[in-house]
Amino acid sequence: MFTEMHSLYEWAWVIPALPFLSFLLIAFVTKRSKGLSAAVSILAILCAFGLAIAIAVGVIGSGSEIVKHPVITSINWLDISGLKLNFGTVVDPLSTMMLFVVGLVASMVQIYSVGYMHGDRGWSRYFAYQSLFAMSMLGLVIATNLLELFIFWELVGLCSYLLIGFWYHKVSAREAAKKAFMTTRVGDFGLLLGILFLYGKYGTLDFVHLAALMNGTAQGFALAGGVGYITLTAFLLFVGPIGKSGQFPLHVWLPDAMEGPTPVSALIHAATMVVAGVFLVARIYFIFQHAAPGALEFVAGLGAFTAIFAATIAIAQDDIKRILAYSTLSQLGYMMFALGVGSLTASMFHLMTHAFFKALMFLGAGSVIHALHEKQNIWDMGGLWKKMPITGTTFAIGVLAISGIPPFAGFWSKDEILSAALQNGHPIIYAVGLFTAFLTAFYMGRLFFVAFMGPEKKENHPHESPYWMTVPLIVLAFFSTVGGLVALPYHNFAYYVRNYVSVNGVVSLEAFAHEGMAWGLAGISVLFGLAGLVLAYMTYVTETIKAEAVAARFPGVYKLLKNKYYIDEIYLWLIHNIMDGVGKVLYWFDIHIIDGVINGLALVTRGGAGGLRRVHTGQLQTYALVFFLAVVVVFLAYTMGTGQVSALNPLAMLGGVK
Amino acid sequence: MVSTDFLAITPEIAVAVLALLLVAVALLLPQGARKGLVPLNVFGLLGILAYTVYDFFFGKMGPVFRGMYYHDQFADFFKILFLTAAILVILSSREYIGKWPAYRGNFYALLTAAILGMMIMASSADLLTFYVGLELMTITFYILVGYLPHDGRSSEAGIKYLVLGASSSAILLYGISFIYGLTGSTQLSGIGAQLGSSLTPPIILATVFLLAGLGFKISLVPFHMWAPDIYEGAPTPVTAFLAVASKAAAFAAVIRIYLVTLEHQSFVQTGVALLLILAALTMIVGNLVAIPQKNIKRLLAFSSIAQAGYLMVGVIAESVAGVKGVLFYAMIYVFANMGAFAVATYVGQAQGSDEIRDYAGLARRSPLAAAVMTASVLSLAGIPPLAGFVGKFYLFSAVIHQGYTWIAYVGFVMSMVSVYYYLSVVKVMYLGEGADLPDIPVHGAAKFTMVFTMLITLFIGLYPTPLAQMAISAATSLVK
Repeated sequence: MFTEMHSLYEWAWVIPALPFLSFLLIAFVTKRSKGLSAAVSILAILCAFGLAIAIAVGVIGSGSEIVKHPVITSINWLDISGLKLNFGTVVDPLSTMMLFVVGLVASMVQIYSVGYMHGDRGWSRYFAYQSLFAMSMLGLVIATNLLELFIFWELVGLCSYLLIGFWYHKVSAREAAKKAFMTTRVGDFGLLLGILFLYGKYGTLDFVHLAALMNGTAQGFALAGGVGYITLTAFLLFVGPIGKSGQFPLHVWLPDAMEGPTPVSALIHAATMVVAGVFLVARIYFIFQHAAPGALEFVAGLGAFTAIFAATIAIAQDDIKRILAYSTLSQLGYMMFALGVGSLTASMFHLMTHAFFKALMFLGAGSVIHALHEKQNIWDMGGLWKKMPITGTTFAIGVLAISGIPPFAGFWSKDEILSAALQNGHPIIYAVGLFTAFLTAFYMGRLFFVAFMGPEKKENHPHESPYWMTVPLIVLAFFSTVGGLVALPYHNFAYYVRNYVSVNGVVSLEAFAHEGMAWGLAGISVLFGLAGLVLAYMTYVTETIKAEAVAARFPGVYKLLKNKYYIDEIYLWLIHNIMDGVGKVLYWFDIHIIDGVINGLALVTRGGAGGLRRVHTGQLQTYALVFFLAVVVVFLAYTMGTGQVSALNPLAMLGGVK
Repeated sequence: MVSTDFLAITPEIAVAVLALLLVAVALLLPQGARKGLVPLNVFGLLGILAYTVYDFFFGKMGPVFRGMYYHDQFADFFKILFLTAAILVILSSREYIGKWPAYRGNFYALLTAAILGMMIMASSADLLTFYVGLELMTITFYILVGYLPHDGRSSEAGIKYLVLGASSSAILLYGISFIYGLTGSTQLSGIGAQLGSSLTPPIILATVFLLAGLGFKISLVPFHMWAPDIYEGAPTPVTAFLAVASKAAAFAAVIRIYLVTLEHQSFVQTGVALLLILAALTMIVGNLVAIPQKNIKRLLAFSSIAQAGYLMVGVIAESVAGVKGVLFYAMIYVFANMGAFAVATYVGQAQGSDEIRDYAGLARRSPLAAAVMTASVLSLAGIPPLAGFVGKFYLFSAVIHQGYTWIAYVGFVMSMVSVYYYLSVVKVMYLGEGADLPDIPVHGAAKFTMVFTMLITLFIGLYPTPLAQMAISAATSLVK
């Protein structure tokens, strides 16, 4: 199976190439025809998805062979002294899983967009951006080296910027796009520094080479203080994921990014781009393993903090998309701390199931917003389940999945993360995770019960969305239901998805074997999830507990949560008072010192230029004179230089003697 | 043996036939039906280009005609360069030449004949063969530069080029005769073997004469004085061809003569120092004097003088890496310069002016032309990700590898200076008003040339490896 499929894997580059082609086609050819643009875009992503499925089937069939020998196809991009860079694709279980997830969600979102973006003036532009994004994201997951990954990383950032600000006539959209771009830039800068640090030390950015080098020199490093260097590098590299995957304190851009069209939020800001940070950490997991233990503990701690921090904010939000955005942040924290506690498999598993159910819920939210003519406050909704049965039912599946209720997908992955945390000796993180699971169930329950089951509002006339939108919902609901079953022993997700470089260079299958279902722990987390849902039910449906009364009893806490811990305000204060001050000082320095020096230099240069120009008189005689004079001068200089003064003697010349 | 020898010079024969055919067709066709000349010329050259590319990769290499002529990848590389440049010149100048009343056929025939001369220069293994090629090229250019009979500046440039070119040829031929007198041979390999390691006054004199003659062609300071006036006065397509192809041909000869002949003698110490100083001077003078220029052709002329300085740096590096750098840079220089000149030609014929201030607001009036001009000058300045950056990187890293770090610093600083005057053109195009100037829609062959050169400049900058590999194999075929 492995050898037969090998040639297929070498064609993995076609997967990102197809959406790119469609981007070019839309931008240069079909942009005037709405139907053609959408058709080209959807056709391209569906073909790419088909190819991703073919590769996935092959990889599953190849078994452990592909884990030991990931298929790397690359061409030399740049080869100049001191810098050798390749560009290529890697097919291994990790990239295959990502290809499948990205391909699935991207195709569903594009199909959904046909219904959602109906009648939008920027239709072709929208699909062009969607294609560009699909290209960048698919390219990112199969990158073979850090620089290649970084290029695609920046490209997805660009697409995110373009799509958040898609309705650029709205001030809030423009501001949100800028905020997202600049906040993630902070992270990207750290990532770039980390990449340069790596290159400076190892001279390669190739994942496989780096892993081999690190494994080979692990002992030597410990002696030469290399651990410190690697730890620093690991921290710098991790700054990128902090920005991209919205970890505290760079999470502020993600909720604002909801200004973009809802399918965009589903694709970019829930299922794919924001998990790029998690994916990156998984890709370079070996660096964290070689770094000081503090690095992974930091990842775990920050992830757990983000998880609970965002979950508490989500409780007090009223905008349906913002609730989902904070929920995404919280779940990203989950994935991060899963990596931190040492379970790459659990993290990737949760990444996959989360992509299914979060994309589902975002698209469901989009369907609701579409039906209610851009109303986003959950208190303006109510009774939607009856009017929109497909949206309501699929959304319910999403809620059950994220709350960790079996047999839906979220149950399996969440349980795996929690049991990994406990079994690898992180009881505090386990407790935080468990409590977050409770909070998650509560705020998702609140969202669902208020929006879908609460009393109907007279002024609303909702109706079910068209098939373009409901079919993707059904497909995603299907995956949210059964997607978790791959964790069952005989499917053994862990067997396939792991990093191809394991501990100390020895690829051992056992090392990453499944944690196994800890049914006791699973029971506890299901109880917490159910408790959250029940509490939400009692509060918002039967109203046994009065939400207003609770809020009134803890006004400070409620206000704090409602205002998202005032993080944005703190940043604003910092920018106004600290950054602006520093900026003024630097501006003065720039204007008076640096520009002064440059202007001085320029003046000298221009003066020299003016003098030299005068030599060019336009007179033929002058030119001939200079030419012959130059011959004489060069000859003199040459003879002087070689000490052959005798050459000046005409007799010696005539004789030509040696 | 003879038949294989003639097989080796198939491109040269084909170019000669094409030139004669163009003369004949231009005479036979009636006045109104001369439009067919451009396609005939372009497709003829394309066919020869395709054959040369094939020959580069698969041809059987070796010296031919009793060692008077080289048939190697180095020569083929330059032939590809000349043919590409010629095709681009013809395509970009169609509208420009279309305005001329007559003599059109002769223009194309002469251009093609000049290519033949360049090809002979790149391939010659003998100083006399080389000289014949050089004169074929130069005499053709005398005519081409003064091609506009009713344009005073063109005629003036033609006369100037004739007088100065003849002087330089005389010096060059004098140098060749010295060499022959000293070694009894005109073949490069024979000269190299005869010169030995000692350095005598006559050898110095011969060397300086050769340097002056060749330096004139590559516009090496202080033999560069002719260039700005001729570039400004000549018809713009001729300027483009002169700046790109003629210079490259002279560089082909410089590299051959320098590496094959002069490395045998104790030229190295002082000679290299002298060449380094001249290269530095070329970079400095070319870039500094470009700053106050107000005419786009004159600006490009000084810029091309500066570029010769960069190329000279690669020659001095005297290694595979250096020659590879020169070859690579010469090729990308074709595309960058042809892009700039295509815009200059087109805008010049549309507005009747080559002054930079008349480029004001070009970004609005003709967005494509402005974009191509910007990409071209930024590539010439060596800004990544455009091709010029990689080219300069190859050149300077080669010379640093040989230990001449200071010249690389001169190059860096002068590249920075060059950004200033290149960007001042961009500034005029993008920030200037130009309210009373006409819109210039670009179409036809000129549009193709512009887009093509820009795409190639961008592509090579992003993915230089294929061209670099070609340059390496060409360089290794020369430097064993």
